[in-house]
Amino acid sequence: MPETPNYAWPPMDSRRVLGKRISRLDGVAKSSGHARYAYDVRRPGLLHAALLTCPHAHARIKSIDVSAAEKSPGFAAVTLMAQPGEEIQYAGYEIAALAADTLDHARDAVRRIKVDYEVLPHFVKEQDLQKAGPNAKPFGEQVAGDPAKAFQDAAVVSEGFYGIPVLNHCCLETHGQVIEWKGEHLEYWPSTQSVSNIGPELARDLKIPATNVHTHMDYMGGGFGSKFTFDRWGSACARLSQAAGGRAVKLFLDRVSDQEIAGSRPAYYANIRTGANKEGLMTVWDAETWGTGGVGGVTLAPNALPYIFRGVPNKRMRHTSVSINAAQQRAWRAPNNPQYSYLTCAAMEDLAAKLDMDPVEFFDKNLEYASGPPGAAVYRAQLHKAAELAEWKKLWRPRGRNGSGAIKRGLGIGFNMWGGMGHASSCRTRIHPDGSIEVELGSQDLGTGTRTVIAMVAAETFGVPVEAVRVNIGDSSYPVSGASGGSTTVGGVSASTRKAGVNARAKLFEAVAPSLGAQPDQLEAVDGQIRVQGGGKSLPWKAACQKLGTRIIDEVVDSNPRNSAGLMAAGAGGCQIADVSVDTETGLVRMNRMVAVQDCGLVVNPKTAESQVYGAMILSVNGALFEERVMDAATGRILNPDLEFYKLAGAGDVPELIVHMNIEPEHDQRGVIGLGEPPVVGGIAAIANAVANAIGVRVPVVPLTPGKVLAALEGRKA
Amino acid sequence: MHAFEYASPTTVPETLALLGKSWEEAAVLAGGSDLLSQFKDNIAAPRRVVNIKGAKELEGLSKTGAGYRVGALVTLDELLSNSAFCAEYPSLATAALGVASPQIRNIGTVGGDLCQRPRCWYFRLGYGLLAKGPGGESLPPNGENRYHAIFDNQGPAYFVSASSFGPPLVALGARVKLVSPSGAREIPVERFFTTPRNSAARENALAPDEILTEILIPSAAGVRNSTYEVREKSALDWPLATASVALTVRGGVATSARIVLGHVAPTPHRAEAAEKAMAGKAVNAAAAEAAAQAALQGATPLSGNGYKVQLARVAVKRALLDAVKERA
Repeated sequence: MPETPNYAWPPMDSRRVLGKRISRLDGVAKSSGHARYAYDVRRPGLLHAALLTCPHAHARIKSIDVSAAEKSPGFAAVTLMAQPGEEIQYAGYEIAALAADTLDHARDAVRRIKVDYEVLPHFVKEQDLQKAGPNAKPFGEQVAGDPAKAFQDAAVVSEGFYGIPVLNHCCLETHGQVIEWKGEHLEYWPSTQSVSNIGPELARDLKIPATNVHTHMDYMGGGFGSKFTFDRWGSACARLSQAAGGRAVKLFLDRVSDQEIAGSRPAYYANIRTGANKEGLMTVWDAETWGTGGVGGVTLAPNALPYIFRGVPNKRMRHTSVSINAAQQRAWRAPNNPQYSYLTCAAMEDLAAKLDMDPVEFFDKNLEYASGPPGAAVYRAQLHKAAELAEWKKLWRPRGRNGSGAIKRGLGIGFNMWGGMGHASSCRTRIHPDGSIEVELGSQDLGTGTRTVIAMVAAETFGVPVEAVRVNIGDSSYPVSGASGGSTTVGGVSASTRKAGVNARAKLFEAVAPSLGAQPDQLEAVDGQIRVQGGGKSLPWKAACQKLGTRIIDEVVDSNPRNSAGLMAAGAGGCQIADVSVDTETGLVRMNRMVAVQDCGLVVNPKTAESQVYGAMILSVNGALFEERVMDAATGRILNPDLEFYKLAGAGDVPELIVHMNIEPEHDQRGVIGLGEPPVVGGIAAIANAVANAIGVRVPVVPLTPGKVLAALEGRKA
Repeated sequence: MHAFEYASPTTVPETLALLGKSWEEAAVLAGGSDLLSQFKDNIAAPRRVVNIKGAKELEGLSKTGAGYRVGALVTLDELLSNSAFCAEYPSLATAALGVASPQIRNIGTVGGDLCQRPRCWYFRLGYGLLAKGPGGESLPPNGENRYHAIFDNQGPAYFVSASSFGPPLVALGARVKLVSPSGAREIPVERFFTTPRNSAARENALAPDEILTEILIPSAAGVRNSTYEVREKSALDWPLATASVALTVRGGVATSARIVLGHVAPTPHRAEAAEKAMAGKAVNAAAAEAAAQAALQGATPLSGNGYKVQLARVAVKRALLDAVKERA
């Protein structure tokens, strides 16, 4: 084996598997119901648990009495998750968990727990900063250049208010787990984004050795950033199982709790002033922002605004964090980037309208401020490609000049960026003498196609079809792989799988070389053959593997961003254009089309990559038109902890989606970059800008519901 | 959900014998799409659930001399599958198609649509039909009322009727048959829906021991009828405002008109001023606009639902023009 193995991806034109449109390997299992999710785990003697949660947004617990619950039919165990004297900061906070023989019995019993509260004053509405009082915590001002002078010198100044509310994650599979004690050991089936790490974290909480927890997860029904940790309900579930003598306990949140406590993303509001010179170059940016992520408020990352267009020379920023009586935010797919993109691209589109300038031309010009990677040149190319696919030249009209009928059509633009460097990942690859191949990682497939990507990388490396590779993920006994967050998985698992594969292949070449009368480094694995490069003797894969005799090749490789050998990289970007029609009599917005042009380095599988972008665009339709967590000032409760009035797009609300992945040598040569987050950024901005373009006025706060659109048309405050 | 006794009678008399004198005693289960969600939300906990799906006399969709008889158990899908019915009553067909999803239309019944409880989020969260806070104050007027009533909302009721068929049935002059141990009665659909004036009252005329058995719809021969619904999402969403109209048109002129708004009041809301404005007029854009303006006269929107006035106005206008197929 050479000292430094050549791990590099094969050249684009010689790839047999990478870059092919391969359907996800678990697609049939999922769509036919055969895939077993954590929610589906059934164990002998399984108990079912339910939570008792606090109905008040702010309260102190005076007493808790579980005696009636303990006498309830089917009762097995109860554990307190809060104590008398404790101050509760939001409705939905877990007070107790109870296990019973059936879920209905558990729910009946848990309601018999009597909790006496001292109800305290609450504050749950952050949009009106004036009302926030002591809940508002201003941060210092950041200034760059000379904003005051820049406004004086500006040819055009635009001013606006913009807002994007708290959203929920709405994972189809709610948060939870099944836990079963076996003596000192614990079997753990969580719905998680972190198969390798969640068990040790739970063990620390339970004060047992990390080695005593075995985590399993074959499939999960959505995480979006909200399922990294074991959570209070994980500990409670373990305690219930222990109290029940080790019987397995299933504790999954109901929809109400899932919406209340298991995932939300922060709201941001902003008063933004911008100025431009007469050529249309933005010269100054001034933003007063505020927002909330729940009880802990929310910060604004330094230099977060303007998003992407960071090079604008004169900037002023003031941010105020508002704390409210609601559960704290969790990471939501591209944390805060959709909000930053919306605030930036909306304010900039308004400035372009003030300049009476075509937004394509305006954004093109201002992309000179874009920080990289991917950098101005890539964004410009993406912008013009998106404009071409959206028929911008044919369809776009200046703001408010979209004809005389009730239905107005409009187009709008949004941009995204994301890091997406692969995480640390270990991979074990085995080649058996019978030719079978196993690849093992303590990773997880969030629904993105991770299994398929791993199989493709291994198949490419061994020159075999993807079906010949057995991929094992979702078990903590496999080599440690990073959590799936921040679009780090595809880079991480591709790199570790490639490296382990190359190492294993080198060992196979050593075993096969004598039979082919060649040196190991003269061999290649292509098209189901091990053969001498440049045409020579060859052996079919299976026959080659028989040369191993009884020996199993077993290679474990530890890959991380510092030794990634150019297999993966960070820094993806994209541009999206939305095409909408607005009924100006009803304020209803209908999507006509959405276009995404997206880079993510080397695209392992264009089909699953496009699927990621489709899903992201649909999420953007949700955020732009439908989604909003509605808090009630009087009761402090979320009024729509459901999927009824917490609205998500249905098939009929989804427009034609056009995805153009940048599959080009200059992107490909950078290596694999994560794609989960970036395409969900910029879509809301694009849709909101399209609506402003259509109706001639800005609807400041998304979602763009009929009430808000009509209010904007009438010049009223929504 | 609470444990309950489950009964499956096969006749109406058996059913009546199983009902109680209070709502806590028994609840009627047909399609169940609303009742089960009430159980899950812990806003209904009857001691007995009476499944009426075995009662054959509640089935059937048939043409009678006077129009149609629709059994309470007829599903929305069954109704939509009857092309003659849909051709005669496009206002009902549109309303049925507007209901949620194919799954709901397969299981949901016409009787259930009329008897379902309001979707007011305060109600569904356990603050009662009249949505009162811990201090007895009404929550909607100063709270989140974007989906609440813009008519008949001076309190104590602020919710809107959730029924999709209510408005078109009122417009068509339909009647419902209600049966209790003390006998049967037949009342106009318009009188079936009620606005509760106290916490003991409900949103319809049913007594706890009474069931709705059938709907009697007058023939729509010569009656142009239509429904227009405004909703945010194209499916799986409740309308924000609807209008159903039934017009007798002769020579392009509406000799009489019934115009009923949905999702704007605790009951289907008859717009009598609009009916008067429309009567005797040629049905065209100008007349429809004038009727729509009249329909929303007197609306009393709350702090956050003024937009519904405009939506209802547009619904009236478009429903009128749709009825005579005049909408661009």
